[in-house]
Amino acid sequence: MSAALRASGVELSFGATPALRGADLTIATGEIVAVMGPSGSGKSTLLHCLAGILVPDAGQILVDGQRIDTLSETRRSELRRDRFGFVFQFGQLVPELTAAENVALPLLLGGVRRKPALQQAREWFDRLGLEGLHGRRSGELSGGQAQRVALARALVGGPQVLFADEPTGALDSITGEQVMELLVSLARDRGTTVVLVTHEARVAAYADREVIVRDGRVTSFDTQEAAA
Amino acid sequence: MSVPLTLLGLLERQPSHGYDLKRDYDTYFGRGKSLPFGQVYSTLARLTRDGKVVMDELAPGDGPDRKRYVITEAGATEVDAWLAEPVQAEPHLQTVLFAKVVLSLMLDRGAKSYLDAQRHAHLQRMRELTEIKRSGELVDGLLADHGLFHLEADLRWIDLTAARLEQLRAQVRR
Repeated sequence: MSAALRASGVELSFGATPALRGADLTIATGEIVAVMGPSGSGKSTLLHCLAGILVPDAGQILVDGQRIDTLSETRRSELRRDRFGFVFQFGQLVPELTAAENVALPLLLGGVRRKPALQQAREWFDRLGLEGLHGRRSGELSGGQAQRVALARALVGGPQVLFADEPTGALDSITGEQVMELLVSLARDRGTTVVLVTHEARVAAYADREVIVRDGRVTSFDTQEAAA
Repeated sequence: MSVPLTLLGLLERQPSHGYDLKRDYDTYFGRGKSLPFGQVYSTLARLTRDGKVVMDELAPGDGPDRKRYVITEAGATEVDAWLAEPVQAEPHLQTVLFAKVVLSLMLDRGAKSYLDAQRHAHLQRMRELTEIKRSGELVDGLLADHGLFHLEADLRWIDLTAARLEQLRAQVRR
């Protein structure tokens, strides 16, 4: 199985505070990996480095074997738009846009014309149990509905990798379970690689395996990584 | 799981043959571990001896499955009491996990690596239970949830203990 993502000896400090101190991680294509660890251990920072949001001080980040830590901000931005999807704890929908416009956003930014983009976006609403909600704004959606809209937005462009940072952190356990069920089912159907940052074991249990970030380093338990 | 009380509960629902009791037990409570026929009939014999069950009528033919068992008033009273009584909330402080951590620290072994391995084993089991939830029926899912919540509680203890290993080491190695 090929490596979709690889972090090698990644170091990053915020001022004098080191967040990552030589983090190594390899994630195979189509794999769902839970990144766990105590608060402040560096797990979100690792996700941001893997996603090209942050640039490490040292070490390498490779996507499909190509270094991305040496790319310009513009190229990394294009990479995030074209090949990655993101889901965060609070959905982070654009409040001025309708739910359908939020879902269509990555397509519009990628150059798809408004009508086909919205048409494509609306197809996600039935799939995610959001029938009839495409015209609502984020303030008119429940937390679970907003998070499903955010999931649709993350997946509408057919990303290779989905980055999810505490995607159920703001939801009750049943709603969180529904979101995870959708996230995992959709990712499996599409062969999408998923990097799932969570502190909840029940959420991590949806992943193929877990890695622990502690003091800026990654501990892995499975042999799959070594073989990748 | 108390097999005698569970069988009594099934009998309170309706008089049954031993075979039917075994089938219902396996369906609802066995979860992959079937109740042996021998245990069904020996339990029914004890319940009969203790006056909690009587044999109703004998169908034509031979063998234990010709007998139909009926719960008595005494049996029903016991089921009532059992169902109303909460299970003891055990403190779990002397579990094998705790003993291993303390002994590892006392003996200067790798307590942290033990906790990491234990966390991994717990998460592996949680993955299996999550898969059961995802693919099974509601009964299977709810039982899996029960297991998941218990494992999650253990994991919280594992994380908390991992964060306090140095303090604990100082105490147990005095």
